[in-house]
Amino acid sequence: MAFQSLDVINRSASTSTPPQARGALEVAKLIDISKCIGCKACQSACMEWNDLRDEVGVNPGHYDNPADLTAQSWTVMRFYEEELPADKGLAWLIVKDGCLHCAEPGCLKACPAPGAIVQYANGIVDFQQDQCIGCGYCQTGCPFNIPRYSMKDQKAYKCTLCSDRVSVGLEPACVKTCPTGALAFGTKTDMKDLAGERLVELKARGFEKAALYDPSGVGGTHVLFVLPHGDPELYRLPKDPRVSPLVALWRSGVAKTLGVLTMVSVVVAGFFHYMKVGPIEVDEDHKENPS
Amino acid sequence: MMPAMRMPPGQEVVPRYSTGERLTHWAVAVAYVALFLSGLALFHPFFYWTSALFGGAAFMRVLHPFLGVALFVLFYAYALRLWRDNIMTDSDKKWMGQMVAYMNKAADPYVDGKYNAGQKLMYWSMIVVIAGLFLTGIVLWRPYFAPSFSLGARRFAAVLHAGLAFVMFVGIGVHVYAAYWTKGSMRAMTRGTVSGAWARFHHPGWYARMTGKERP
Amino acid sequence: MTNNWVDIKNANVVLVMGGNPAEAHPCGFKWVVEAKAHNKAQLIVVDPRFTRTAAVADVFAQIRPGSDIAFLGGVIRHLLEKDAIQKDYVTSYTNAAFIVKEGYGFEDGLFSGYDEAKHAYDKSSWSYEMGADGFAKIDPTLQDPRCVYQLMKRHYARYTPKMVADVTGVPEGTFQRICEAIASTSAPDRTLTSLYALGWTQHSVGAQNIRTMGMIQLLLGNVGMPGGGVNALRGHSNIQGLTDLGLLSDLLPGYMTVPREADGDVETYLAKRTQKPIRPNQMSYWQNYPKFYVSFMKAWWGKAATKENGWAYDYLPKLDKVYDLLAVFDLMYEGKVNGYVCQGFNPLASAPNKAKLLEGLSKLKFLVSIDPLVTETSNFWQNHGDLNPVDPSKIQTEVFRLPSSCFAEEEGSLVNSGRWLQWHWKAAEPPGEGKGDPEIMAAIFNRIRTLYAKEGGAFPDPIRDLTWDYKIPDRPSAEELAREFNGKALADVPDPKDPKAPPLAKAGDQLATFAHLQDDGSTASGCWIFCGSFTQAGNQMARRDTADPSGLGVTPGWGWSWPANRRVLYNRASADPSGKPWDPKRKLVWWNGAKWVGHDVPDFKVDSKPEEGMSPFIMNPEGVGRLFALDKMAEGPFPEHYEPFESPIGANPLHPKVGPNPAARLYAKDKAQLGLPGEFPYAATTYRVVEHFHFWTKHARIPAVLQPELFIELDEALAAKKGIRSGDAVAVRSKRGRIVGKAVVTKRIKPLKIAGQEVHTVGIPIHWGFDGLTKPGYISNTLTPFVGDANTQTPEFKAFLVDVEKAAAGKV
Repeated sequence: MAFQSLDVINRSASTSTPPQARGALEVAKLIDISKCIGCKACQSACMEWNDLRDEVGVNPGHYDNPADLTAQSWTVMRFYEEELPADKGLAWLIVKDGCLHCAEPGCLKACPAPGAIVQYANGIVDFQQDQCIGCGYCQTGCPFNIPRYSMKDQKAYKCTLCSDRVSVGLEPACVKTCPTGALAFGTKTDMKDLAGERLVELKARGFEKAALYDPSGVGGTHVLFVLPHGDPELYRLPKDPRVSPLVALWRSGVAKTLGVLTMVSVVVAGFFHYMKVGPIEVDEDHKENPS
Repeated sequence: MMPAMRMPPGQEVVPRYSTGERLTHWAVAVAYVALFLSGLALFHPFFYWTSALFGGAAFMRVLHPFLGVALFVLFYAYALRLWRDNIMTDSDKKWMGQMVAYMNKAADPYVDGKYNAGQKLMYWSMIVVIAGLFLTGIVLWRPYFAPSFSLGARRFAAVLHAGLAFVMFVGIGVHVYAAYWTKGSMRAMTRGTVSGAWARFHHPGWYARMTGKERP
Repeated sequence: MTNNWVDIKNANVVLVMGGNPAEAHPCGFKWVVEAKAHNKAQLIVVDPRFTRTAAVADVFAQIRPGSDIAFLGGVIRHLLEKDAIQKDYVTSYTNAAFIVKEGYGFEDGLFSGYDEAKHAYDKSSWSYEMGADGFAKIDPTLQDPRCVYQLMKRHYARYTPKMVADVTGVPEGTFQRICEAIASTSAPDRTLTSLYALGWTQHSVGAQNIRTMGMIQLLLGNVGMPGGGVNALRGHSNIQGLTDLGLLSDLLPGYMTVPREADGDVETYLAKRTQKPIRPNQMSYWQNYPKFYVSFMKAWWGKAATKENGWAYDYLPKLDKVYDLLAVFDLMYEGKVNGYVCQGFNPLASAPNKAKLLEGLSKLKFLVSIDPLVTETSNFWQNHGDLNPVDPSKIQTEVFRLPSSCFAEEEGSLVNSGRWLQWHWKAAEPPGEGKGDPEIMAAIFNRIRTLYAKEGGAFPDPIRDLTWDYKIPDRPSAEELAREFNGKALADVPDPKDPKAPPLAKAGDQLATFAHLQDDGSTASGCWIFCGSFTQAGNQMARRDTADPSGLGVTPGWGWSWPANRRVLYNRASADPSGKPWDPKRKLVWWNGAKWVGHDVPDFKVDSKPEEGMSPFIMNPEGVGRLFALDKMAEGPFPEHYEPFESPIGANPLHPKVGPNPAARLYAKDKAQLGLPGEFPYAATTYRVVEHFHFWTKHARIPAVLQPELFIELDEALAAKKGIRSGDAVAVRSKRGRIVGKAVVTKRIKPLKIAGQEVHTVGIPIHWGFDGLTKPGYISNTLTPFVGDANTQTPEFKAFLVDVEKAAAGKV
């Protein structure tokens, strides 16, 4: 890993503020669904680069193979057949599933192991499996249902956005291999500009509702989608993803402070009660009530 | 079976807990401490150091639910035998009314049973809290059970588990403090007996029934 | 491809029909995406299934398998009715104006000259009216009722939108919309590119499918244009190189043909192939056939090929008939083949009617498999339960398996679909005992030659005399072979314009171009169209200059493109008769007043002035593109819709008496194995999916993960009718066998209304077998019929009949 400690701007379960000195450009991967042909080259490249080999499964009755993300499959193409309204015919929506690298990552928030999940200054959210304690709380934190738990080593896995490649100036393996240019990688600003150009082209082509997916509920993401039909839910993406309020509550400073305060106050209260009232002692010599 | 007793000659002792009960109680206590320390590490990074006591956080995370099951089993094995003694009675209501005064030694409400109303309250709250912790713990238990629950259920369980843990912490804190505060109580769990004076003072009704003597 | 991959980006309309490039050619498909993103191109997909190509298309039409000519014929009718053709181009560059001989006719589905007994045509009436001057007669006004234009108009008048809808299932509205998009490219500054693949070739009318598109492109003026052309997306890496080098049973390198028995001597052989122009001032490039032939024979037999022995003409085999795939396996089935050498080929999986193949292979004395992978063919004798139910104890075939190398384990050139020869280098040694194919072939050849030398034989000469001057005779290098294909001067080649000038090529030098080839034995070239690829200046295929001065994707310094490093064939047609480009924004070549110049190498006589009237299609004796195919096609000069041999509808709606292709070859035993719609009611088609390459990648873990198990695609209505849900096991039966796969119930295939009846289409991918890392699966070609295209004999994998039923769970 070529990242250095200065690149870490956010760290799970940490009491100190990570270094904020380094101002790195935020990166982003742009997934242009209008250019995606579902060839799964990205899946293949992901397996090749990260040395992942999932099991040879079965055909589940559709084109999604493997059928779901796993600890060995960090990205999976999803295929949705949609009859569009107003006689626009059939659409076969192909969505590359995987980590969106939220600016405000729920996984990191939920993680109780210090440094098991970090966020780099460039926006990549990365799991550090050597620090992972296998509690699976990252799954409860993620509004996109991305992290997967390995039964083999009891650790959680997900897309790293090829943080190892990006740290040395390369694009993620999936982007490198994408044959049609449906995947692009660069600074987030550049990717948003590129998305803007694509939206103009798509709108001119009749996709009036074409939109960029960069949900603000999680502070924006570092994986962006160009959605030709606009509506995220058509693509099975949450319309307004947020870290669950339950997770937010439980991992919030308020809850933590309250918890610690409770504990401290129990101890303090006991101490002062004892000092004020003194113990209840029974005089063993007198058989009568001491009071 | 009575425990071996060493009391000053002439002093009256009253048996309160059998050896089995005492050993179970302490087993529960040890499990609780371990659960508390490990849970604390998972709750707040400030306490993450406690994980070192368990040979690292990863192993601690594996251990915690097993300890939880141990506590659950032991606690109920222990507590279910005491349920009759913890039924709330009319006199308990009176005790409740005078609890604050009692804590300030300003009142000495009459206790009829083996336990006073405060202890009974503790008993029932632990019955509920430990069941709750057990159930929510199952929902969160990686890798065995958690996958069969929805993310929503797991999110809810995590919050509930933490909340209940604090209720338990407060309860156990009061429990431990009360045992320390009321001198002479501890020996009930260390030796199995209390002094007659202690019994007469704290649990006169129970004392009378145990000894066949008049209640004072 | 007439054009090339990169050139697709210049198109205004991309018509994908008979192919699925997003899945079969995902890397090349980037240029379609490029055309859409930066050239505002419209993508139209016509296919029996809503494919992954359709997923990014602007317009999709679902067509019944095997009805492409009906669709395209309807397009021709539309173009002619609306006069949406590029008139100047059509009159100047096509044979629209040519007068067809009296006697030609078409009636009730048959052209003139049909011989019912032979299932073949006497094609003599399919020719031009010749004038006394020896040239074909034309009517530039296109008014003569016997001119090609008028005949064509009459022929396709029957292909009304209603008829198209009735035959293909494409609704009239959608058809109209597609016609209009296609017609929009008749403007000189707009082009349509046609991308097709095995979805057109693998039909009993395969060649005519493609010809129909060729006609449309000629009418639109899109042949020779950047962003135009008729573009075959080849199905294998280097399969273009295979045909270029004449590995088909009736071809010699460079599309020369193997002599027939009737070609008694070399003079007869050459005379038939040396075509003189049949219009004034035309080039008729095949006039140079003797130069190509003699140079080729000198490359093979060197000094043994002399003028006196017809350049060793007797050394060439003389065909009594064509030995195509189907013919050979039919002979094998009849027990008439002793041994078979399978080099990089897995026919048990990739040829039709597996049961017939099994029987044939079982009758062989020996089978040699040269392949880097375990093939089902080499293991045909193994019992794999229902997947391969043979009894090994009853099979006496001796199987030799010679492990060869994969593409990354050897160096050499690959020819891509766009005719680019690109050199590549070895990345790794083949594992185990694997050897490169040339090494294996050389070892076999040298031992056979030694045997002939020792023991003599009936006719050892061609083997004995074969040129074999490689440095290591048992291991010819890729470079040595490439140099040989390019060819060299055996003696000085003088400049014909000025005999005193330095020779065009000095003796021993590599030749620079096929223009230098001679018919006097002074040059040798193993494959004339590759001449120029490995010159005295070095290996042109290894060039890697991406410079593209025109911005049209013409990268003359990248690799080398046959012929003559030309990137767009017929590019003279991208300029008008006066030599000015039709589209000033897309200039490929032009007349600069003195000669033809341009960004691409002009496909023309460079000093031929426009006013001389030489036409762009220089390979044809008439110099123009053929809307009327003369006698070149087996089933007629105009493409006609014929039903697949297994058709889901009773009769051909266009002519009930003639259903399938009347000129196709069908063996009697295979005829008995054709199914009827009563028993097998559903149209079926086979295809590849993007996750796999044929039967190779099932041996690799990652593709096996990405698409692990044989599946069958069914429309929702059919699935509901049969009680089949996605993920269930489904059995598919044809007259020839039965397979079981996982059901994928989809909205992407819809029931069609064909000639008043409902037709369901069943989709069957091909990639599985009993060997490999994927889940073991049935070989899909268990189902397919043993009948091929009338011209190429390419099997009809894309349209046949099946029945489906739910299978017991776990029976997959």
